[in-house]
Amino acid sequence: MEQAHHGAAAGPKQRAVEIGTALLTMLFGLVVIYGSVIVGFGWGSDGPEAGFFPFYVGLIICICSLINLVLGFREEATGLFAEWGQLGQVLRVLIPATIYVALIPFLGIYLPSFLLIVVFMTWLGKYGFPLSLAVAVGVPAFFYLTLERWFLIPLPKGPIEAMLGL
Amino acid sequence: MIVDNFINLYHGFYIAGDPFNILLMVIGILLGVIIGVLPGLGGANGVAILLPLTFSMSPTSAIILLTCIYWGALFGGAITSVLFNIPGEPWSVATTFDGHPMARSGRAGEALTAAFTSSFVGAFFAIVMITLIAPLVAQFALQFGPAEKFAVYFLAFASFVGMSKEPPAKTIVSMMIGFALAAVGLDMVTGQLRLTFGVTELLNGFDFLIAVIGLFGIGEILLTMEEGLEFRGKAAKIDPKVVWKTWKTLPKYWATSLRSCIIGCWMGITPAGATPASFMAYGIAKRVSKNGKNFGNGEIEGVVAPETAAHAAGTAAMLPMLALGVPGSPTAAVLLGGLLIWGLQPGPMLFVEQAEFVWGLIASMYLGNVVGLILVLTTVPLFASILRIPFSIIAPVILVICAIGAYTVNNNVFDVLMMMVFGVLGYLLKKTNYPLAPLVLAIVLGDSAEEAFRQSLLGSGGSIAVFWSNPLVSTIMALGLIAGLWPLIAMGFSKLRGNTTQPA
Repeated sequence: MEQAHHGAAAGPKQRAVEIGTALLTMLFGLVVIYGSVIVGFGWGSDGPEAGFFPFYVGLIICICSLINLVLGFREEATGLFAEWGQLGQVLRVLIPATIYVALIPFLGIYLPSFLLIVVFMTWLGKYGFPLSLAVAVGVPAFFYLTLERWFLIPLPKGPIEAMLGL
Repeated sequence: MIVDNFINLYHGFYIAGDPFNILLMVIGILLGVIIGVLPGLGGANGVAILLPLTFSMSPTSAIILLTCIYWGALFGGAITSVLFNIPGEPWSVATTFDGHPMARSGRAGEALTAAFTSSFVGAFFAIVMITLIAPLVAQFALQFGPAEKFAVYFLAFASFVGMSKEPPAKTIVSMMIGFALAAVGLDMVTGQLRLTFGVTELLNGFDFLIAVIGLFGIGEILLTMEEGLEFRGKAAKIDPKVVWKTWKTLPKYWATSLRSCIIGCWMGITPAGATPASFMAYGIAKRVSKNGKNFGNGEIEGVVAPETAAHAAGTAAMLPMLALGVPGSPTAAVLLGGLLIWGLQPGPMLFVEQAEFVWGLIASMYLGNVVGLILVLTTVPLFASILRIPFSIIAPVILVICAIGAYTVNNNVFDVLMMMVFGVLGYLLKKTNYPLAPLVLAIVLGDSAEEAFRQSLLGSGGSIAVFWSNPLVSTIMALGLIAGLWPLIAMGFSKLRGNTTQPA
């Protein structure tokens, strides 16, 4: 965060992100209010209706988001949220992680975990294949043995595991 | 009454002293320290990930394992603070001020010994307090009706607003997002579906364990990645000589310790306490101590004060969880969720119906902290070496652990996707200074708070006046208002004082 003073670094401004977050929470508050209104937020024949509590929760979210929005606009315009380079670093984790999570419903947990570790270690960590493969096989194997064999907790499996008859 | 407590506690020791439970303590503490040391895993999400493993255990063994993970994580936070200048948990931040300078000047062993010992002292003080006070609080709370219950929730959440260093409006937004997420799904009272917008996956609402794993686990990894952390730590060696030498100097600081214990216990019972408690204890020690000027350059007293207070607060957070069903910290909230899963109803009735469980837990706190102190003092070099494993190996492994943890909560792959969403949300909220703890606590307590709120209104026919209808509920509500509006009150005070001392 100190980098903001160097001037050379560029990236999204903290102010813009604060404003964006406030708008996002306000949108969320509106969705909650809308959802409460459609199930009824008043006083029914047998007491408060289902939307009663969430309605006020949504209302408070909107009011406080408005305050945050105003505070966001008053924030000084120079502070950086993060440098582009830093955000790039974040994306280099976020994108593989998202793909990983998206693959789990189709391939089970073992194969995507293997791929994630290999990609991470060779691409980001610049490790050689032997070590990467060792970790990538070892970690899922460890969880297979402890969770499925020892604690009898089933983990998601895909076609590969079915082929192997696990 | 007090004598009864000691008889109960004696039985508790009998339960906790079972060899299997002692083994669980050792495993729990070791796991906890690893969790506390690794980036992306902390007390709250570590316990959340391991919670499903305990489903088949007896509740007493399960809670012993999980609370010991909590103690271990608290100890682990001190290791990273002292050796690497990276606070493992927010409440270890104040420990870095003097702990890391000590390590840099080659006194890492002393700093760690002081930190662990102070943690132990703080925790021990808090446990003694729990032993003496919790049963009384629980007995008192047995008279609570829905209005009083809601007032206690109100007090808990209002103190978040008043105490946290983040802007109040942000704290409230974060808290209310939690309440809204808790409301999603089936409404228990009317049996109606709400806020699901036709998405079948949302029928059961949001599981707070998923939220905890995502917000704290994935969010933390993203943050660590952004900072491009390279762990360049100081080596740690603790030998009995250093421990002994440090222990001999510690009694000198008894006044600091005692003060920090009291600050910690007080702040721990009111939620959101541990972090402010550690800073407050550090600040006061700095002002009072005759070495105050040297604070920040590696003064041992500057390690003792915040560590004692943080652990007293972290442990004291268990008191309202056990006695009232209102957890004082995110980790305590996860433990409370565990109680519900094991089929125990947290709150005052626990002391009556599950006396064996409660006293077994309290006894295990005593034993767990003794075991913990011995373990961490002997195994520090091992844990310091874990931190030397490069992040590009640790990060994917932690991602895998988080995904497995999220899946095993309900055996549902949709939860793994939700975890990722919560992770990105956690990163965004943390970067924009929205506190995460109120969000988590609100998801956990949302349903109970709403139920108490609706029941009280039902009793009064919709009149808000029910929250001021008797001295007890009025007092709690008034305390809540004071806690929530504290920043305004404090501002008013300082203005008043400013006006009187400087007559214009």
